[in-house]
Amino acid sequence: MESVTPILEFNKTCVSYTKQTMAVKYVSAAIDRNTITAIMGPSGCGKSTLLRAVNLMHNLYPNIRVDGEILLNGENILSMEPIDVRHRVGMVFQRPAPFPTMSIYDNVLSGYALNGIRLSKTEKDETVERCLKNVALWDEVKDVLNKKGTFLSGGQQQRLCIARALAMKPDILLMDEPTSALDPIATAHIEKLMLELQKEVTILIVTHNMGQAMRISSKSMFMYLGELVEYGDTATMFSNPSDERTKAYLTGQMG
Amino acid sequence: MNDKLYKILLFVAALIVPIVCGGVLYALVTDAYEAFEYFGFFNFLTSSEWSYTEGAEHYGALPFITGTLMTTLLALVFCIPFSLPVALFVGEYFKGSKVASVLSTVTDLLAGIPSIIYGLWGFYTLRPLIMALNISPQGSGILTASLVLAIMIVPYAASLSAEFIKMVPNDLKEGAYSLGATRAEVIRKVVFPVAGSGIFSSYILAIGRALGETMTVTMLIGNTNNVPDSITSTGNSMASIIANQFGEADDLRLSSLIAIGLILFLITAFINMIGKIMIKRARIA
Repeated sequence: MESVTPILEFNKTCVSYTKQTMAVKYVSAAIDRNTITAIMGPSGCGKSTLLRAVNLMHNLYPNIRVDGEILLNGENILSMEPIDVRHRVGMVFQRPAPFPTMSIYDNVLSGYALNGIRLSKTEKDETVERCLKNVALWDEVKDVLNKKGTFLSGGQQQRLCIARALAMKPDILLMDEPTSALDPIATAHIEKLMLELQKEVTILIVTHNMGQAMRISSKSMFMYLGELVEYGDTATMFSNPSDERTKAYLTGQMG
Repeated sequence: MNDKLYKILLFVAALIVPIVCGGVLYALVTDAYEAFEYFGFFNFLTSSEWSYTEGAEHYGALPFITGTLMTTLLALVFCIPFSLPVALFVGEYFKGSKVASVLSTVTDLLAGIPSIIYGLWGFYTLRPLIMALNISPQGSGILTASLVLAIMIVPYAASLSAEFIKMVPNDLKEGAYSLGATRAEVIRKVVFPVAGSGIFSSYILAIGRALGETMTVTMLIGNTNNVPDSITSTGNSMASIIANQFGEADDLRLSSLIAIGLILFLITAFINMIGKIMIKRARIA
C-alpha cells in the first residue's frame, strides 16, 4: 500500500454550543485519502457536531464556537471562506431533501445554479449523466429528468442528494446518518454506492448502525460525551477494542 | 338528553352565520335590481357617467370600479417593498429572536389602528407633503389614498408571508448552504421558490383587505365621480362613493349605490376565496 497523506486532519478540535459546555472536546485525528471513515457513538456524543464542523455548517449559527484546527490538505479551514470550504467538502443529510421546486435534472445541477455558475448545455448534460450514473440512479430516472425530485422514492431521493453533492466535485463527502430514514433495500443500495465512490472521494460518515460501520468503513472513530475515545482500523476496533467504553458500546451494554 | 340539546344549540348557532350572509346577499340583490333593470347590467358596469340631475339621471359604476382597482393595485405595489423585508426579517434572518418578535408585534399593532386614524394622518401629514412636493395640486387623490392603504395592508401581508417563510424546512436551507450558496442565494433560490405560493396568497388576502377599505380612502381620494386619468388625479372608490352618497340618495341612485356594493361584495368574496384556497394548497405542499 502506498503511503497515504491525510486529506483531513482534526487537531484539538472543539465545538461548543454554550460557554459552559463543550459538545466536542479536543478531537485529534487524521483521515486518509479515498477511504471511508465511520464516526460512531451514542446519541448526543457529538459525532454529528464534529462532522458539521468540517464544512463550517456551524458558521450559520452565531452561538456555536469551533476552536482548534481542522486541516484540509494542510490548510486550516477554520480560517477559510465558508463558501470555498463547502465547494470542496460536500454533505449528505439524514433526511433526503431534494429541492422541491426543481426537477431531477436541476437538482443535480443545483450547486452550480445556487452559486450562479453558468454551464453550457453539453456540460450540464454531461454532469447530470455522470453524477446520476455515479449514484446508480441514471437508468431509473433518465426518462423522467424533468419531473420534480420529490417524485422519487426516499432511497432515490437520497441518491439524488448524493449526486447533487458529487456534482460539485468535492474532495470530501460528509454523510450524516444518510440511511437512517431509509428502508433496508435502499440502505444496501447506498452502502454499495459508498464503496464505489471512495475511489473518487474521501467519505466521512456518521452512523448509528454498527453493522453499517463494519460493512463499509476501513477506519472508525468512537466518540463518547464529546471525546474521541478510540480511533483505528474498523476490523480491529470491533474485534479487539482497546477502551472499556468502546467495548461496552459495541457489545450493546451502552447505547 | 342534555347532549342532544347541546347539539341542537350548536347547530342553530352555526346555522345563523350562513343565514346572515345569505340574507345580506339577498338584500343587496333585490335592492340593486332596480338599477340593473333600468341601465342594464353590462351597461351599468361600463358606463362612466354619474349624474343626478333630475330627469336626466344616469348612473354607471366604471369610475368607481377603476378607482378601486387603481388604489388597490397601487397599494399592493407600494406595500411589497415594506412587507417583504419585514417578512424576511421575522421569518428568516432573525427567526425566533427577540428583535424579530418586537418587530412582528409592532407590525401587528399597525393592523389594530382604526382606519380613521390613518385617514387623519394621511390628510394632515401626507396630503400637505404631496402638495409641497408638487406631485399634485390638491394633495388628495388616487396616489395619496394608495400610499396610506399600502401602510394599512403591510401587517397582513408581512405576518402571513413570514409564516410561510418560516415554514421552509431547515433541511433544504442547510442543503443549499452545504453546496456553497450564500445567504442571499439561499433566499433567492430556495426560500422564495419554496414559500412562493404562500407568499403570493398572502398578497391576495392583503388585496382583499384593501378592496373594501372605506374610511381612509374616502378621506383621501378626493371624491370626484369621473374615471381617474392618472394616479395623481382624484376619484372615488366603490366603497367611498357609497360612504359619500348613501345618506342623500334615494330611488334609482340608492339602488345604483347598492348595486356597486353588490359588485364590491362579489369581488371581495372572490378574491378572498382565491387567497384562502391558495393558502390551503401552500400549507399542504
